[in-house]
This record gives sequence, C-alpha cells and structure tokens, in this order.
Amino acid sequence: MFKSRVFVLILAALVMSVLPASAQEEGESLVVYSGRNETLIAPILAQFTEETGVAVQVVYGDTAAVANQILEEGANSPADVYIGQDAGALGALSKAGALAPLPSDVLERVPDVFKSQQGEWVGLSARARVLVYNPTEVEALGLELPQSILDLTKPEYAGLVGWAPANASFQSNVTAMRVLLGDDVTAKWLADMVANGAVSYGSSNTNLNRAVASGEVVLGITNHYYMHNLKKQDPALNLEQTVFPAGDPGSLVNVAGAGVLATSAKPGLAQRLILYLLGSNAQTYFTEQTSEYPLVDGIAVNPALIPLDSIVQPEIDLSDLDDLQTTLAMIEASGALDQ
Amino acid sequence: MDVPFRSALRDIGPPSWRDGAAAMRGLLQRHHWGLALLSLPVVASVVLPVGYLILRGLGAGEEAVEYLLSARTLTIVGNSLALAVAVAVAAAALGVPFAWLTTRTTLPFRRVWLVAGLLTMVIPSYLGAIAFVEVFGPVGALRDVLAPLGVHRLPSIYGFFGTWIVLTLYTFPYVALPVRAALLRIDPAQEEAARMLGMNRWRAFFRVTLPQLRPALAAGVLLSMLYTLSDFGVVMVLRYNAFTRAIYTTYNSTFDRERAALLALMLIALTAVLVWIERRAGRQVTTYRHQGQTARKSPPVPLGRWTIPGVILCAGLVLTGVGVPVLVLSGWAFNPNLTSPIPLELELLVAQSVGVSAFTAVFVAVSGTPIALLASRSASRISRLIVGASYFGNVLPGLVVGLALVYFAANYLPFIYQTIPLLVLGYGVRFLPYSVSATRSALSMISPRLNEAARTLGCSEIEATRRITFPLARAGVFAGMALVALSAMKELPTTLLLAPIGFKNLVTRLWTGYEAATFALVGWPGLLLLASSAVTLLILLWQED
Repeated sequence: MFKSRVFVLILAALVMSVLPASAQEEGESLVVYSGRNETLIAPILAQFTEETGVAVQVVYGDTAAVANQILEEGANSPADVYIGQDAGALGALSKAGALAPLPSDVLERVPDVFKSQQGEWVGLSARARVLVYNPTEVEALGLELPQSILDLTKPEYAGLVGWAPANASFQSNVTAMRVLLGDDVTAKWLADMVANGAVSYGSSNTNLNRAVASGEVVLGITNHYYMHNLKKQDPALNLEQTVFPAGDPGSLVNVAGAGVLATSAKPGLAQRLILYLLGSNAQTYFTEQTSEYPLVDGIAVNPALIPLDSIVQPEIDLSDLDDLQTTLAMIEASGALDQ
Repeated sequence: MDVPFRSALRDIGPPSWRDGAAAMRGLLQRHHWGLALLSLPVVASVVLPVGYLILRGLGAGEEAVEYLLSARTLTIVGNSLALAVAVAVAAAALGVPFAWLTTRTTLPFRRVWLVAGLLTMVIPSYLGAIAFVEVFGPVGALRDVLAPLGVHRLPSIYGFFGTWIVLTLYTFPYVALPVRAALLRIDPAQEEAARMLGMNRWRAFFRVTLPQLRPALAAGVLLSMLYTLSDFGVVMVLRYNAFTRAIYTTYNSTFDRERAALLALMLIALTAVLVWIERRAGRQVTTYRHQGQTARKSPPVPLGRWTIPGVILCAGLVLTGVGVPVLVLSGWAFNPNLTSPIPLELELLVAQSVGVSAFTAVFVAVSGTPIALLASRSASRISRLIVGASYFGNVLPGLVVGLALVYFAANYLPFIYQTIPLLVLGYGVRFLPYSVSATRSALSMISPRLNEAARTLGCSEIEATRRITFPLARAGVFAGMALVALSAMKELPTTLLLAPIGFKNLVTRLWTGYEAATFALVGWPGLLLLASSAVTLLILLWQED
C-alpha cells in the first residue's frame, strides 16, 4: 500500500524539480531557433554562454519546419535568432519580412556571395553539395560515376541512388536547379528520380551517408561534411565523395547562416551571438569539428576537405534561393517525400 | 503508441462499480451540474484544438477536396489500412495461440511467458524499431554474422515488411489479453460435451471454443489496428509512409500547414470509424454458461510432443520483442568507444522526464476526478457526452493531439505556448482516461454500507466522502496516477511537437541521438525507458490482482 503522505511529498519534490529548469534564468538570455542538428551546433552555443554569460535556449527542428514555426507564431514568436542550414530558408524568412537588417560590423565579415543582398542574413559556414559513393559497390557493379546531377535519372542508376528530400540543403539545391534550369525541367527531374527508384532518407543526411557506406544504396547526393564526420567515428567507413564537374547544378556551394528576428526584443544581444559565431573561435570550430568551410579570412581550412576553390560552382546568387515555398510544393508533388 | 491498454484489460476484471456508485448518488444528485462544470475545461482542451484543426483544414477551401482525393492522399490511406489489417491479422495469428498456450495448457513456465509477453505491450515500440534496424538492418549485426557465409545483402527491413513485423511483435498482446480473459471465462463443460460426442480436441477447439472467443478476438484485433494507425515511432524509423509519417513530413518540410491539418483530419476520421466498430463489437460479448453456475476451471491440456513448438513460439516472441531492445540498448549504453559531441546529461534528463510526468499525474488526477465521479453516475446525456469526450483524446494518435495543440496554442494561447504546462496538457488529454478509469474502479470497490454507516453515525454527506470514500479509493487512484506518469514518460510524438524551448528529457535526447546516428545518446535513455516499462507492467499486474 502507498504511504500517502510520503507519496505526496515525493510527488511535490518531483514537480518542483522541473520548475527551476522551466523558469527564466537570471541575467541575459537569448532564444535561438535552430534548423541545424543539436549535435552540430550545441557545443559552440555552449561556449558562447561560457564566455559571455548569456544563456541560450534553443528550439531544434528541421530547417524548413523551424522557419515555418516562426511564420506561424508571427508577432508572438519568442525567437531572437534563427539559424538555418541553407540560404533558401533564410531567404524565405527575409522575403516574408521576418528578419531585421544586420549592422555593417556583422555584414562586413563575410564575403558578398555568402550573405543576403538585403543585409538580413549572413552565412556562418559553407558546405558543398557532393556525390557520395560506395567504392566497393561501384566497382562490383562496374558503374561509371555520373558527370551531372541530371544523369542520376538514367536507367543504369535505377534503385541505386539515395537522397534526403526533406532536408533543407537538398531543398535549396532544388531551388538552385529551378533558377538555373527552370521549373519544368526541375519538376521533370524530380519525377524521373522518383520513377528511377531513388531511396528517400527523409531529412537525415547522416542516415543517407550510412546507407551508402553499408551498400544499401550505392550513390547519394548530400552535403560534403557528413562523410568526414562519420569517418571520425569509423575511419574504415566504405565511403568516398566527389563533386560534379564544370558548374553543374549539383555542385552548389551553400551556407548555413543566421539572422535576427524582426520581432526580437533583444536585437543587440542577438547580433552579438552572430558576431561570436563569425569569430575565429567559432569559425575554427566549424571547420575542425563539423568539417565545414570557414567564411571569414585567416582561418585554416580543415585539410581533409576538397579545396573550396577547386569546386566550379554554378552561376547563382544565394539570395535568389528564397522561393522555398514553390520548391517544397514541387518536391511534395513529385512523391519524393513518400518513398 | 499508447492506445488504451486499459481497454485491452477491460475484460480481465470487469469492475462492478454500480455499488460504489450508489454510495455517491446522493452527493452527485446535488452536485451533478457542479461536476459537469468542473469537467468542462478538460473536455474543452480536447474538443477545441481538434475543432481548430478542422477550421484550418477547411481553410484550404476547394483545394481541400482536391487534396483529399489526390493520388498521394489515397496512397497514404491505402498504406495505413494495409498495414493496420496486416498487423491485426498477424497479431491474431500469434495472439490466440499465445493466449491459449499460457492459459489452458501444461506449457512449462507459463507465467513467465505471460508476463514477458505483456511486457512487449508496454515497451515503446520505437525502441523496438531502432533496435531491430541495428540487428536486422543493412549494416546490422545479423549481416556481420552471416557475412562469412557469403550473405552480402539482407532483405530490406525498411518499408512495409519490417514495419509489419515490428508492429505485430508489439501489438499481439492486445489480442492475447482479451482472448485470455475470454478463455478463463468459458465454461469447459461445452468443450467436454463436444469431446464426448466424438470430436477430437482440435475440432472441439475450432467448433466450440473459437466461436465463443470471437467477440474478444474482434476487440483485440481492433485495438491492434488502432495502435497501428496511431503509431509514430515505428513508421518513422522504418520509413513506411503511413498517415503519421506523411503528416509529420508534410508538417516539417512544406509551408503548407493546411495540408498537414487535412491529413490529420482524415486520420481522425479513420480512427473514429474504428472506435465506433470497436464499441459495437464490445457490446456483443456473450458467454454461454449454465444458469446459476460459475465457470469451473478447465483442466490444463497436456501438450505432449507440441511442448517444444509451444515453448519456441512463446520464447521467440518474448526474446525478439524484449530481448532485442535490451541487448542493443545495453550494447550502446556500455560501449565506452561511443562518443557524442554533446553531453548526455542523464541526471537532468531523468529529472525532466520524472518531473514532468509527475506534474502530469497530479494534473490528470485533479482534473479527472470530477469526470470519474460523473462517469459513475452515467445517467444524463450530458455526463455521457463529457465522459466520452474525455476518452476521445486517448484514441487519437499522439501526433494529431500534438499538432492540434500547437496550432491552437500558437494562435490563441500564446501565454502557455512553448511552456511545460502545454506539454502537460497534451499528455493530460492523451492519458486522462487511465486515471479516470482507475479512479472509477477504485470507487467501485467500496461498499455503500460504509458510507451509510458513517451517515447514521452523524457524518454529513461530504464528510463521509472525505473520511470514508476517498481514503479507501486512494491506493487505486495513486496507481492510476502512476500509470499516467509512466505513459507520459515514454510518449514520443506529442513530446516532439510540444516540448518547450530548451526542454530535453529521455525521449527527446534519444530521438536527437537516433536522428544524428549518435548512439551514445540513445543507450542509457533507452534502457531507462525500458525499465520504466517494467514498472508499468508491475502496476498493471498489481491492479488486476
């Protein structure tokens, strides 16, 4: 039988134990909505708190979902800073009027190609779209690696290609294809990919890369750094990568970036966080720990990466990738999400 | 995920709460409307968000109809129904022999298999799915074992096949339990008569016993279908595009929130149809028994050469359902080579999980008491409506409850949006019935004579209730609260949608780790959730004794 008084006391103690965690902490604090995975961004946010004493509370989710949430919340949004894993979602927020202009001391740290033309978001790190492949399987099947992302719809790759159509980086790549090739060609490519048996890994590039390494699929279109990060845990991983040549739409170099919400009550503090993420400490973290390309001068690039200047990018302005809505509708209509 | 195991257990000990209700009648007569008023906030928190979901869905206008009839939507409906039917059939095919073996035969270690089998019912099925991928997946342990034999590729666990297997493993007890209860109730006299008239044991079972099991079987099958429809974790992990996965990806990766709402509404409609069928089937339970006698206990059937296959069946179910997750999660928890870029913070996770669950239990017990009191009255249409509405939240998929509350709170309740109270409200909506029915059956155990005695000794109605009824009902009420807390602790989809800023508990950490393939974050939270499932089972068994 329960001893009721003891039970009630324990219960009260348990309920109390959550309250401190939920109550606002003393001192300065920021609310960050992050479309980047916690394992990639939390360590550097923790360092920011340690160095500045500013507490950071974070909402994690998929990049489009979190951007969507900000729009749904409208003026009620508690968010101060949005961190997205691609320029498209940042552009979409900027287009919807959700972001405030950034001051010049933030903007001037980043080269023009990696920030918004309106000055409402900046890139924090760069990432290249690559083709990952399983070398053993490629050899066993006698496959030639495709020379363009458009070649992946060919019959010889049927059922062998993996992708992550719910992932923001993929979505941005599709937007780039729409800008470069037009909506009709892009929609047809998506439909052909689905018809060719492309295997969907939802929003998880990690699972896509693991699947390629295991031979579950043979090729995958993804961001460059997942392979590097997985190989840190298991150097023997059966996984290689290459970049589509000659300015192919599949060799987009995109950014993970951040902006300050127009509804934020603490724009100064929010800008301070972004400045910190553009500082040498954070930039070194991005290249060393998450295997990305730093965006500010004077940071040594992780030597394991394909040199950024050897990637011939398609002719595109990242600020033109802001029509995420049409892209998402197109991806949904293609059936890619249902695979 | 947590379709009502209360209702699966309903047949085991039908509470004869009418006597207890009589004790409350005088009190209720006077306070009926007060109780109804007290119940309304809870009911409103179920009805309003769902109502808002309907508004949002209809907001899509003519496009809504077009979308609902589109090939994509119809495929999703087909996927979900095919899965639900396949799981139900397989669960019946496993659940009936399991129930019979553990109830009516000389099978060795019957109690052990029974209890372990029940354990699979309370283990969160997403843990099973994650563990299955690790063992049977493309890079799984099984492939490594088979590799020297030249096996290079295993049949894919992803999609329909794997989802079907895993969900069957975790839902067969929903069939086995009601069937077991029915087997215990059936009078052996008829089977004996059939044997005497020349039927062999098998024929007697199929011709005489099985028809009497039909209502229980129907109830179990429908429960496993409901569970399948509402499951989120398994279809996400194993990538089968059933409703919940489609809703989640639509919500997460399109700007079109109306479409997620529309899909959710279709899922509600499908669920409602199943619940309606379930309620109708539940009413038809009849057992044939000689008037005025209680059932004799059947003598156990000697299994003979069928002993070994019987043990293999039971052990197989239990070892895959319970053993695989335990082994895989322990493997991750105790592997010192697994690293994570973010700390696990296990103490914090436990504190948050336990704290919020306890909060939920208190909230649900307080807000559920007027409903339990109303339920024992059950006379007026209003009270039946209120009780019915309070049960509705439990059969709704957790993902839909979460989605409805997010939409509703973001627009109309900004002061609790993104706070722990909203999360608690979400859990409360889902698990209220566990507490209501526990309180109800606790009240039923109390003889009205005690209250009457107190009244003759000069107590007022309210004082008698306070001093006699509540103390006696307390243990049952606390057990109900514990069930609510344990269910909230392992809940996945509602937690993902409603977790406030910066909130992390065992479930959210486990999911983050799983999505980033950082298994150092999955092991310990998973093991602790398994342990909490074992506690859930103990409470259920204690309640039923």
